Amino acid sequence: MNLTIFLLALFDGISYAALIFIVALGLTLIFGVMRILNVAHGSLYAIGAYATASLTAWFLALGFAPILAFPLMIVSAVLVGVLLGGPIEWLLLRRIYNKPEVLQLLVTFAVFMILEDVQRLVWGTQPYFQASALQALGNVTVFGVTYTVYQLILLPVVALVLLLGLRIFLRHTIIGKLILATTEDREAAQSIGIDADKVFLFTFIVGAILAGLGGALASPTTSILPGMGANMIVLSFAVIATAGLGQIEGAAVAALMIGLGRSYAVYLWPEVAVLVPYLIMVLVLLMRPEGLFGSPGTRKI
Amino acid sequence: MSLRETWTEMSASPGLSPRTILTALAVLALVAVPLLAPQLQLLINLALAKGLAVLGVTVILRAGQVSFGHALFFGISAYAGAFLVTAMPGADLVLVLLAGALGAALSGVLVGLFVVRYRGIFFGMLNLAFSMIFWSILEKFYHYTGGADGIRLTRPSVLGQQLGRSEFELVLFYLALALVVGCGWFTLRWLASPAGQLFQTLKTNETRLEYLGLSPRRVLLSGYVLSAVLCGLGGSLMGMTQGVVTPEYVWWVRSAEMVFIAVLGGAGSVRGAFIGALIYEMVRIYASAFAADIWQLLLGVFLLIIILFAPGGIMGIFDRLIGRHRDGGTRA
Repeated sequence: MNLTIFLLALFDGISYAALIFIVALGLTLIFGVMRILNVAHGSLYAIGAYATASLTAWFLALGFAPILAFPLMIVSAVLVGVLLGGPIEWLLLRRIYNKPEVLQLLVTFAVFMILEDVQRLVWGTQPYFQASALQALGNVTVFGVTYTVYQLILLPVVALVLLLGLRIFLRHTIIGKLILATTEDREAAQSIGIDADKVFLFTFIVGAILAGLGGALASPTTSILPGMGANMIVLSFAVIATAGLGQIEGAAVAALMIGLGRSYAVYLWPEVAVLVPYLIMVLVLLMRPEGLFGSPGTRKI
Repeated sequence: MSLRETWTEMSASPGLSPRTILTALAVLALVAVPLLAPQLQLLINLALAKGLAVLGVTVILRAGQVSFGHALFFGISAYAGAFLVTAMPGADLVLVLLAGALGAALSGVLVGLFVVRYRGIFFGMLNLAFSMIFWSILEKFYHYTGGADGIRLTRPSVLGQQLGRSEFELVLFYLALALVVGCGWFTLRWLASPAGQLFQTLKTNETRLEYLGLSPRRVLLSGYVLSAVLCGLGGSLMGMTQGVVTPEYVWWVRSAEMVFIAVLGGAGSVRGAFIGALIYEMVRIYASAFAADIWQLLLGVFLLIIILFAPGGIMGIFDRLIGRHRDGGTRA
C-alpha cells in the first residue's frame, strides 16, 4: 500500500465516518433521552436525501445557482424533522412510553415499513443523482491526492460542529438542561414543572432533523435508491451499539473506527468491505457487551 | 406487550376442548385440499412453509424477545438445500430437508451463542445485523451463490424415485402438512415441558431463573436453536416449492413479514402462527393485484392497529368468541 492509496483510504474513511456519525447522532440522542430505538430513523435519512435531490433539481431547473443546494439541504432536513418526526412522536410514540421495549421496537418498525413504501410511491425505484453541491465546492490537493472539498472538509466540519454544538446545547442552555433533567428522572422533572411531553417531542424532532440532514449531506456523494434506509439503520445502529447506546461523544469515535475500517477494507479486501462495520461491532460487543463507552446498568430485582 | 400467557394457550384440561376439535377439523380440511380445491394447493403449500418459519419467530416471542432477522435461518437452510442439490443432482428430498435443518441448527448455535447475551433492542437489532451480513455475502460472492439471481433448485428425488412435477408437488404438500402438524405438536409439548417453561420465564422474570441456579443464556439458546430449525424447515420447503432460492430469502422484508404474521396470528400462539400465515397468504394473493405498491405500507398500518388496539391478534379475538378469554391471560 503506497502513500497515495493510504491517503485516499484515509479521506474516504473520514468523509464516510462524518456522514454516519451525523445520522447515528440523531439515533443515539433519541435513545438517550427517550429510551426508544427509532427503527424508522433509516427512512428519515433516505427521505432527507430524496427531498434534497428533488428540491435541488427543481431550483436548478428554475435557473438558480448550484450553491443554493446548501440551504436546500437544511430546508429538507427541517421538513423531514417537523413533518415526519413530529407526527410520529405525537401520534404514536406518546402512546407507548410505558409499554415493554419489544413493543416499542415493533411500533417504530411498523413506521419504518410504512415510510419505505411511501418513498417508493413518491420517488419511484429509479436511482437519483444530484451532485451539484459536490461540484460547486471544487477539489483540493493534499500530498498529491486530489479530493473533493465537500467530502474532505465540509462533511467533517459539519460533523464536528454538530458534535460540539449538541454538547454545548445540552450542558449550557436552558432547553438543554431541561432535556437532561427529563432524561435523568422523568417524574422528578415533571414534579418541578417541566413539560416532559414537550421535551420528548422536541428531542425527537431534533433527532429526526439530524437523520434528514445526514441524508441531505449524503445525497451529492451517492446514488439515491430504495433500500438505502434499511442499510443506514443497521449501520447507524452498529455505530451506536459499538459506542454504547446514548453515548454522544462515543458515537464519534465509533463512527471513525467503522468508517476507517471500512474504507481501508475497500482497498485491501473489497469483498468483505460491507461486512467490516458489523465485524467491528461484533468484536467490540464480545469484549464489552455495553459498548466501548457504555456502563453496565444496574438491574432491578 | 400483551402476549398470551402459556396456560391460556395450552389446553390444560385433557379431553376434547373446542380448540382441539377445531384444530383437528382444520387439519382434515387441509388434507382434502389437493382433492377438493387443487387450485389452492400451491398457495397453501407456500403458506404452510411460511407458517413454520413464523412458528420459529413465535417461539422467540414467548421469551419476550423479538427478532428482526430470522429470515437468516430461512435463507441458510434453503441455500444449504440448493448447494446440496447442485453438488449431488437428484439427491433425496429427505436429505435436502436434513441438510437445511442441519445448516439452520448450526448457524442457530453460532449466532445464538452471541445474541443470547442480549435482550430487547440489542437482541432484535443484532439479529437484523446478522441477516443483513448474510444477505451481503449472498450478493457479493456471486461465484458461489449466483448473486441476486440466486440458485435454481432442481427437483430432488423422493425415496429413490424421480417424480413428475405434479406428483412431486403433491408429495411436498403432504410433507409440509406433516411437518406443520409434527412441529406444531412438538412446539406445544416443548413449551409445556420444564425446558419450555424455563424458556418462558425469560419473559416473566429472568432474575428468578438465575436464583434457580440456571443460566438464562443457555435457556434462551435452547429456544433460539429450536426457532432457527423451525425457520430452516420453512425455508427448505419454500425453496423446493419455488424451485429457486434468491438473496430475497434473507432480506429484512422477509423477517419483517414473519414478525408481522406472528403478531397478526396472536403473538406467542402456536396455532395462530399457521392461521396467520394462511390468512396472510390468501389476502396477499388477492390484494397484490391492486395493492402491490403499497403492500408494506398496509402491513405497517395493520401492525400498528393490531399492537395498539387488538394486542391478542386473531387468536385473541377467537378466544373471546368462544368465551375462553380470561382476565389473567393478557398482560399490558
